[in-house]
Amino acid sequence: MKKQVKFGIGIGVIVVSMACLAWLGYGESKTYYHTIAELETLHGSAAAHRMRVGGTVEPGSIHHVSGRTDFVLLGEGKSLSVSYTGNDPLPDSFIDNSQALIEGRMGSDGRFQAEHVQAKCASKYEAAPGEAPKSSAPTGRS
Amino acid sequence: MDVFGSFALLLAFVCALYALVGGIAAIATRHPLLIKSTRQAGMAACVLIFLATFSVVYLFVTDSFSISYVVSHSNRDLATFFKVVALWSGQEGSLLFWCFLLSIYIFSVLIAYRNKHGELMPYVGTILAGVQLFFLTISNFVTSPFKLLAVANASGALEYYTRPDGSGLNPVLQYPEMIIHPPNLYSGYTGFTIPFAFALAALLARYPGEKWIHLTRKWTMIAWCFQTVGILLGAHWAYAVLGWGGYWGWDPVENASFLPWLTGTAFLHSVMMQEKRGMMKVWNVWLVFITFMLCILGTLLTRSGVVSSVHAFAQSNIGSWFVGFLAVTLAVCLFAYFKNRDYLKSENQLDSIVSRESSFLFNNLVLLVACIAILSGTLFPVFSEWFTGNRISVGTPFFNKVNVPLGLLLLFLTGVGPLLAWRKTSAESLKRNFLWPTIAGVVGAVIVIALGARDFYAIVCFLLSTFVAATIAVEYYRGAKVIRVRSNLNWLSSAVELTLRNTRRYGGYIVHVGIVMIFVGLAGQAFNQEVQKEIGIGGTAKIGPYELLLQALDQKQEKNYVAERMIVEVMKDHKPVMILFPERRNFPTNQESGTMVAIYSTLREDLYVVYAGVNQGSEVPTIHVFLNPLVKWVWYGGIVVVMGTIVALVTPRHAVLVLSGAKEQTQAKGLRTTLPSSVTVREGHD
Repeated sequence: MKKQVKFGIGIGVIVVSMACLAWLGYGESKTYYHTIAELETLHGSAAAHRMRVGGTVEPGSIHHVSGRTDFVLLGEGKSLSVSYTGNDPLPDSFIDNSQALIEGRMGSDGRFQAEHVQAKCASKYEAAPGEAPKSSAPTGRS
Repeated sequence: MDVFGSFALLLAFVCALYALVGGIAAIATRHPLLIKSTRQAGMAACVLIFLATFSVVYLFVTDSFSISYVVSHSNRDLATFFKVVALWSGQEGSLLFWCFLLSIYIFSVLIAYRNKHGELMPYVGTILAGVQLFFLTISNFVTSPFKLLAVANASGALEYYTRPDGSGLNPVLQYPEMIIHPPNLYSGYTGFTIPFAFALAALLARYPGEKWIHLTRKWTMIAWCFQTVGILLGAHWAYAVLGWGGYWGWDPVENASFLPWLTGTAFLHSVMMQEKRGMMKVWNVWLVFITFMLCILGTLLTRSGVVSSVHAFAQSNIGSWFVGFLAVTLAVCLFAYFKNRDYLKSENQLDSIVSRESSFLFNNLVLLVACIAILSGTLFPVFSEWFTGNRISVGTPFFNKVNVPLGLLLLFLTGVGPLLAWRKTSAESLKRNFLWPTIAGVVGAVIVIALGARDFYAIVCFLLSTFVAATIAVEYYRGAKVIRVRSNLNWLSSAVELTLRNTRRYGGYIVHVGIVMIFVGLAGQAFNQEVQKEIGIGGTAKIGPYELLLQALDQKQEKNYVAERMIVEVMKDHKPVMILFPERRNFPTNQESGTMVAIYSTLREDLYVVYAGVNQGSEVPTIHVFLNPLVKWVWYGGIVVVMGTIVALVTPRHAVLVLSGAKEQTQAKGLRTTLPSSVTVREGHD
């Protein structure tokens, strides 16, 4: 066999197998960003995706129920009821009027089932070099 | 001081502009005085940037709360060294700091080569001035760190005013690593500008031969070393501060720092092909171009929050400037490439698939594929929004699925590559070099399986790690044996002597040992355990062989924060081992809180204890305990990598015996070609 062919096969095997693995990993972990207003317009499979939604916590809406925390997220004039059932304690910065980012899926009952909640007070400083996104994500590994 | 600083910065801009425009004129006219004056303008720009940077530090240390940047990132009670560090805690300061570090490199280059390489240096100086000019434009006109606070008075006119105190520094940054992590990472980012400038200059000037590679080898290695340390310090910071029990989460910012490291590593390896065999010239030039562009992209991702995976809290207007700069850089590189393509013609071809060349080729392929996978995963939200209108992100499974096998393949090549001969390796030499390492690898794998490892990748990783370590040990043993016989030294002195005689090769091996240690640490993740529990005083949590007893909770008032502490007694086999104090810190100035993880770290495993918070319903504190095996190997591996790089930077003590023999031989036969001495006799040399 010519050496170019051997190299071609070697390179091809690596590239193709990595592309396959990438595709598998993509399917497993893709998460859609949506605004609260967009959620209402989603239908069918689009509504079943893993999603990440941001908004402001409605004052007085946080209720601790056994095993979960319920709250309402506001954004663009719309509201979204959320149930947080994750294991990690909610961050201290998760309070009324804080900005929160939730990750999870839409439940069949119309409540958003959040697995992760990240929160940040309307803050006076901005994030640091090198660590910008994590600095305000004390609970999640994003 | 703010007037002084901003004026210095403005003057630096003017100098850099002159160095760029004058530099182009100097290249065209070759007028010696013009060449000299542009070089001096370049040096002056650097000095002015130093002054501007020092004045920002001065403003922080003197609590100048009339400056917007100081107000947002400092307060009176902040410890003085954190006030100095606050320079790089925000966007304006970080970009100035980037410029500052770049100027240190530029200044050193302009001084070091002021009377050398007359054909090349005007190009180099001009390119460097161009890069500097971009950052000066940003610092002067887009995000200046010298902006003053102003409010509208009763009549609506703006007035300057001074705040009584600042808003404080982000608590997660108030940690020792933050003092050394960004300077390291930024020194890496900026350092790659030097090989980039030389490569581009050599291409534009059609500078003969591989000289630019020899000239930039040390600069590239210094930048690479800083980048490595910067990435590891960032990982350690994340591990010790963020409290999720891991050190790498494929966050866009982490990825951004990893991308130029991958291409930089590929470059460090593939230049050897060009030095020894005159191959891969196009590839090398483009690797260096891409590394530089990835450094700029990394700075952009870090600073602009374009693809911030968590959220888009920190948006900024500098994105388009960076994209513009990247486009200009790419255009210049393409222009230079198409203009002087013939200059990069390869002198040799690949001879065999089992050869050193081939191992370098696959090493580069693996690093590049990893780079492309990480880059596309990182930028996925941006691209998916462009093409489908939906912003989609990918997470850890995507990155791990691709990068774990690639990493293992790379580890395999780390062991195999250095022992293959250039051009073609015989079956006999394969057997001689790899028999014992292969046996060692299999034994290593059997041992970890016996110890209970079941994860496929982890087993393969241990197998390969033992294999690579054994190949290096065999290499050392062989070399040291020769020296021992000739000079009657003991084994240790022989090994040291061996290293000093060929620092490049053995320094490289030491770096590889460090990388193997890092891989061992990474494989340890397969055995991580964690327990999260609400725990009252007197309550216990069990993990692995450890039992944790919450003895008490207390509060500690510090100058800048209040610490709530858990006092946790750690017991192993019912015997007390130590007491840990995981903390939560509340910073009254900005009403933020931070975690301070307590870690009991040994070479075997880390016991990692987090005071995770208080259940907001039941008011019971939550403890989060992780048992992470082998984490320390990652940090120690990093130290070994640095030591190896330093060794490789040292000039060898003696001429290498084999080499001098080789030269005589080729000269005697009259076989001198454009290649530096015969390649076959140099078998096994880097």
